[in-house]
Amino acid sequence: MTDRNAGGTFLGVPLYRPRTAFFELASCEGCQLQVLNNEATLAPFLGLLEIVNFREAMTGGTDDYEIAFVEGSVSRKDEEDLLKEIRGNARVLVALGSCACFGGVNRLKDRFDPDWTRKTVYGEAPVESGRARPLEDLVAVDLKIYGCPVKKEEVEKVVTNIALGKAVVSPKYPVCMECKANENICLFDLGEPCLGPVTRAGCDSWCPNSRAGCWGCRGPAEDANVEQLEKIMQEHGFAQETILDRLECFGGFARFAEAFRRRRREGAE
Amino acid sequence: MKVDCRIDIRNLTRVEGHGNILIRIHDGRVQEARWEVVETPRFFEAMLVGKRWENVPWICGRICGICSVGHTLASIRAIEHAFGIVPSGLTEKLRLLLKHMETLQSHILHLYFLSAPDYLAAGSVFPLIESSPDVVARAMRIKQLANDLVDSVGGRRMHPTRTVVGGFTMLPEKEELVPFRDRLKKAVDDLLMTAVLFGSFAVPEFSRETEYVSLKGVADYPFIGGDLVSTDGVLRGEDEYREMTNEYIVPQSTAKWARLSRASFAVGALARLNNNFDLLHPLAKEVALNFRLRPVQHNPFMNVTAQLVECVHVVMRSMDLLEELLDGELREARPKVSPKAGAGVGAVEVPRGILYHYYEFDDTGHVRKCDCVIPTGQNHANIQHDLEELAADCLRKGMDDGRIELLAQMLVRAYDPCISCSVH
Repeated sequence: MTDRNAGGTFLGVPLYRPRTAFFELASCEGCQLQVLNNEATLAPFLGLLEIVNFREAMTGGTDDYEIAFVEGSVSRKDEEDLLKEIRGNARVLVALGSCACFGGVNRLKDRFDPDWTRKTVYGEAPVESGRARPLEDLVAVDLKIYGCPVKKEEVEKVVTNIALGKAVVSPKYPVCMECKANENICLFDLGEPCLGPVTRAGCDSWCPNSRAGCWGCRGPAEDANVEQLEKIMQEHGFAQETILDRLECFGGFARFAEAFRRRRREGAE
Repeated sequence: MKVDCRIDIRNLTRVEGHGNILIRIHDGRVQEARWEVVETPRFFEAMLVGKRWENVPWICGRICGICSVGHTLASIRAIEHAFGIVPSGLTEKLRLLLKHMETLQSHILHLYFLSAPDYLAAGSVFPLIESSPDVVARAMRIKQLANDLVDSVGGRRMHPTRTVVGGFTMLPEKEELVPFRDRLKKAVDDLLMTAVLFGSFAVPEFSRETEYVSLKGVADYPFIGGDLVSTDGVLRGEDEYREMTNEYIVPQSTAKWARLSRASFAVGALARLNNNFDLLHPLAKEVALNFRLRPVQHNPFMNVTAQLVECVHVVMRSMDLLEELLDGELREARPKVSPKAGAGVGAVEVPRGILYHYYEFDDTGHVRKCDCVIPTGQNHANIQHDLEELAADCLRKGMDDGRIELLAQMLVRAYDPCISCSVH
């Protein structure tokens, strides 16, 4: 067994390196790749953890771990079983990224009848598939790291706080606040749709900084007034469809998107 | 003489996605050698139906975390073809620079993190951080350069934010690009050191005659768009991609398989190199020849070497591109996009091989039909046939179980498969 305290010190106190595992369900594995990105801080980051299971990057994993990061959504029985097994092994289960937190883009297929979806891609071949669900539909989730993809700086902060035994809190305010602080031109003034006013901050307004409107990948901020945003966006001339596209893209606003569809249906009647 | 062997690898490690290797040798005969893909489908081709065009590149980029730039660019290209949009010269240069940096980032990840540990008898790159800090620092330096440049041009290293139909939402400032001159120059040295390291590895001797498919370069080694070519002499236009891929469904895989002139074909760095060797940058060609890598090379393990050669090529070409960008004006208006009914194909060489996106739109720009053919999907059947041949070869050479198991894993890894992407 390796020395668990080999990771260094903080204010002279030796750090405890938690045994950590990474897993992926249905996903692009991009969030795990983000963990290997930020090359400049990778070595100190890895010094905080003892990585004991990370299939994409290492051979010879073990089930003896304390923290599990799980990326991806759940749609098959084998994924459900694996997730429950991980939950049984881990003291702390972290949902990594939008697919794990909300179901992610994978949910978009659930707009359709599952038989139609399967036949569209596989014809008559038997392929098992179910609805794309977030982790917390099946097991208790202790922490969520939002985003598509996750921001490495945020992963680093979460991991540091876990290692130091500090609380992990996500911002309650919206992306719009970060965007204003970054002195960006408002996307609405550029004629771009944007969910920044209702989406949970923490990404440092990643997309608006590039003059791309927010797609809400981090889900709703606390007390997000989505209905008011819809009104504002309509005043700026955005079509209802454009607003709905953004609300349903990453799954975080699923209940708002559903309400939006319902209102549109009722309006049409 | 080896008589019995049973290899059962579930969820192969150090590859993207979920695949299994099964080998059964009984009584001195290979009874079974099988490459299974068990990844969950995400049904991208269905989820896009009914969505307006603006959503498409944004969603399609999410097919893959490693090659999200390539997916986004293939998606944009298909839409531009459908709507009859011709991107500006500046946009084309910036897109190519992004593409080069993705190739570099992905190849370095594969060379150092996924492939090298097999040759250095390590389970992962993690122990090498302590045992060979210089080697890991070098890998990090190159990878970070690639990622940082994608940040500067594309807005984000993964799932880029600035790449849109018609061009970019925002262009980089020149001052931001200038420091990359020196970093690219340093990367050439780092890559030549990488060549020394990989030159010290004994690449397994194995070869099976294979058809290789890629884009066909004209003036330069190809990455974005153009004709499609195979080493068996097939030549097709970009919009005839279906005749090049011929996808079909097999029970052992949730990813579709592909075929052309033979039972299977291969795409990727080795395929590109086999079809376009003369178009490599002279320094890249020199590195290739030092490895005795020349067309047509039929050893799949040499795909890793071909990736290294491509790293040299894309860094050299990026240095030229950067100078051109710094010499010109980094400003352009974003064109207005008018959707119309029609269909379009976008073919892009992503790190693991040629990728195709195809969409049909109605007159309001809503997707009616979508088809994505992924490089690793095109490689699965070839991996299967290589695996059968490799098992028989190992048996003839009387190798022990451990060696067969390692070689089988190294073979699949050599293709650098992106499995979740291939299932999508």
